[in-house]
Amino acid sequence: MAAVTLDSVTKRFGSSAAIDDVSLAVAEGEFLAVLGPSGCGKSTLLRLIAGFEKPDKGTIRLGANVVSGPGIDIAPEDRHIGMVFQSYALWPHMTVAENISYPMRVRNAQPSDVAREVGVALAAVGMEGMGERRPAELSGGQRQRVALARCLTMRARVVLLDEPLANLDAHLRARMLAEIASFRSLSHATLIYVTHDQAEAFAVADRVAVMEEGRVRQVAPPAVLYRTPSDSVVSRFAGGGAVVQGEITATFGNGHATAALFGKTWRVRAAPAQAVGPAEICIRPEDLRIVSDGSGFGATVVRVLYQGGRTVIEATSPQGTTLSLSLSSTDVPAPGTAVHLAVIDGWVIPQH
Amino acid sequence: MLWIPASRGERVAFGALLAIVALLAVVPIARLIQEAVAPGGSFDAAILERVITNPAVWRAARNTLGVSVGGVVLALVLGGAFALLVTLTNVRSKKLLVFCFMLPLMIAPQVTALAWIDLFGPNSTLLGALGIAPPPGTRHPLYGPEGIILLLGIEYAPVVFLTVRAGLRALPRDLVESAQSAGAKPWRIVATVVLPLMMPAFAAGGMLAFIGSIGNFGVPAFLGIPAGFTVLVTLIYQRLAGFGNGVLSEVAALSLLLAAFALGSLAINGWLARRRDVRVTTWMTAAPQWSLGRWRRPVEVACWSAFAVALILPFLALLATALVPAIGVPLDAGTVTLANFHFVLLDYAATRRAFINSASLSATAAMVLVFLSVPLGYSLVVRRAAVLRAVTFAAELPYAVPGVVLAIAMILCLLRPLPLLGFSLYSTIWIILVAYLSRFLLLALRPVTNALQQIDPSLDEAARMSGARFTRRLATVILPLVAPSALAGGVLVFLSAFNELTVSALLWSSGAETVGVVLFSLEQAGDSVSAAAVAVVAVVVTLAMMMVANALASRVARGVLPWQP
Repeated sequence: MAAVTLDSVTKRFGSSAAIDDVSLAVAEGEFLAVLGPSGCGKSTLLRLIAGFEKPDKGTIRLGANVVSGPGIDIAPEDRHIGMVFQSYALWPHMTVAENISYPMRVRNAQPSDVAREVGVALAAVGMEGMGERRPAELSGGQRQRVALARCLTMRARVVLLDEPLANLDAHLRARMLAEIASFRSLSHATLIYVTHDQAEAFAVADRVAVMEEGRVRQVAPPAVLYRTPSDSVVSRFAGGGAVVQGEITATFGNGHATAALFGKTWRVRAAPAQAVGPAEICIRPEDLRIVSDGSGFGATVVRVLYQGGRTVIEATSPQGTTLSLSLSSTDVPAPGTAVHLAVIDGWVIPQH
Repeated sequence: MLWIPASRGERVAFGALLAIVALLAVVPIARLIQEAVAPGGSFDAAILERVITNPAVWRAARNTLGVSVGGVVLALVLGGAFALLVTLTNVRSKKLLVFCFMLPLMIAPQVTALAWIDLFGPNSTLLGALGIAPPPGTRHPLYGPEGIILLLGIEYAPVVFLTVRAGLRALPRDLVESAQSAGAKPWRIVATVVLPLMMPAFAAGGMLAFIGSIGNFGVPAFLGIPAGFTVLVTLIYQRLAGFGNGVLSEVAALSLLLAAFALGSLAINGWLARRRDVRVTTWMTAAPQWSLGRWRRPVEVACWSAFAVALILPFLALLATALVPAIGVPLDAGTVTLANFHFVLLDYAATRRAFINSASLSATAAMVLVFLSVPLGYSLVVRRAAVLRAVTFAAELPYAVPGVVLAIAMILCLLRPLPLLGFSLYSTIWIILVAYLSRFLLLALRPVTNALQQIDPSLDEAARMSGARFTRRLATVILPLVAPSALAGGVLVFLSAFNELTVSALLWSSGAETVGVVLFSLEQAGDSVSAAAVAVVAVVVTLAMMMVANALASRVARGVLPWQP
């Protein structure tokens, strides 16, 4: 059974729908990332699940129990959901240990159990011996760990994370991502992780839900999302590259098709039901090669972005389309160079 | 965003709190309006007409406007200049300067008035000791409109100071710096950039000073009544004191006139605040610090000399009067006595009772209001109740209307026996307590809402996620975070109630006197030495309470304690 189920949930603020008819099921123990630009409604989605907002339409279930729906509105304090806030939300007047033990003390746990669990939770996040400190004395990463530890002692089956890395320095983010992954294996909880950073979402999640303007555009494992985006929005937001207009000239039942692009015909991937005719084709940076045998089409290098081992090149086709391709940094053309490019792979975006 | 309370307990608590606010703040004012326009239950313009066509009322209204406008102008000049001085220049010991400047606001107007009377009158013990007192029998130089304007100006200059200082602190630094780089000298920048940008702050401060002036009772009662100079507030007081409850409808109509002045200014103030150009606010708001150069010492000397004349001398005069056995006796080593303090604190039942009454009324009002304000503020701010504006406005009503207006509204509401209970609170001490709760609700609520607005709402949400319910969150998360500000609000309530005269002047009864009332009666009866002793004790209590609040200052939300920098 799914741990969290949203069924046709709509939430309006004024006349605009922050969440527009969203249906989503998150499996027990799953790690779902919700990815989208700011203002796409992903935080509202989290607050609906937590119970801080009440949906205008639809139902939300935790396991088999309806927590939001017509005539039903279970208070956040009765949902037993953990949440890691962007600001961490540590109570400044309590010590680290008091912060962590708060959910247990609210449930009137035995003091001896509280002390033991706090010790376990502090050790789990690598903060042994810091129980008596105040939140003000902690670094950003340490506050983040305390917020995670608080969810541990709560033994929440579902934990929501609202942009938990947004306030951290770049070098800390990778460490905290690892921390969150180990939190998951320790707690076995279902995690819903909201972020606007595609790299974060792809790195940790089992599945990624891409949101835009209050709607979920696609939910799939990161590799599927990257390889077969369901529309141009997902394609642009989840992974780089370009979406170009082309013509499908032939289709094969095995998931392949031929497409006319930049004056030549290329073999690309397509849904089995793909029809012949005009279509949008997603071309990732890895899908292009520089060729010298005349099999490619002409393009001009406009920008070279060195990224360490790899270099990303932006080039424009004669029709004015901007493409990007990823090369090994050993042999990189200079801006202004004319090159020939070949399409070695691509994905035909399904028509709806 | 409309908020629906999630839990039953919270819904009940919030509903009860809203009902209390309505009973304390809205019902009395509504009852007053009803009494003025429809005394018998149906609309009747006769009383309103009689009041409006009475030439004595017109004279009092003209006097009210005259002294209030005069006082406001003086307050704008004093408060504005002082705000510019301490915010924009490198004058030294700013903390102490601000504390002294704020004192007239914290000390009761009737105490200030008494101190000035004791200082400059023909019977002045202090001037007498120096041999420069006016000759006996001459009219007191402060009696009449000029004295009232002077004291109103000094009393409300701190109000203007606070709004202008807040404005100067929000002054974008880049606007000043670009004028500097254009070659303008400080004086020119003040005249062409700072002052034009401060106009909204001056307007707001002026409006607040005006509202305070038209409702002020202590100053015109002490300086106007002896000179036969009547303003609306003293007219209402004299009618009611002279003719009793028979003239209730008439004074209700009169106070409606006064309330209209106050609420009109409040509306204009709100309108101006909304029109204020918010586009100039930026994060770069450190006010420039201009060096006074060689003028620093002369300016400081002038400042402290002004304080010496306006603050220290009057209180020395008060103290001197309190230390002589009878008015007219010169103060020297042979005459100095503590008998007056002994008399008012221990021997004389009315004053002894008044101190106990005022202290317990103020403490009770402070505790009840703090207790109400924390859950109410929580529901309003953290839970984003849609009624926040309405409740804040309701709490502002009884504070903005003149005290006599509120007192008459309370008489109208509580004169008849209470429904269900069957007894009346009128002419008991309880009517004063209810009036205090109504009048000072805003003083307790505002620090709490200020503090709550500075708290990240996710601190409350995290507690909800942890499973904590309404009362638990209130006790373990919200209360510890806002406690210093709530306590400071309680101190403000205590100070205001302890120094209050306007409300209790109409509501007191034998056995239920307040400090303000006995001070007024003693002075009217000519017992100036006892009045001075009462006033000295009141000042000492006020200063002590300010010190208590100072101890909390570092943990109180910014802007709660007016005298703190």
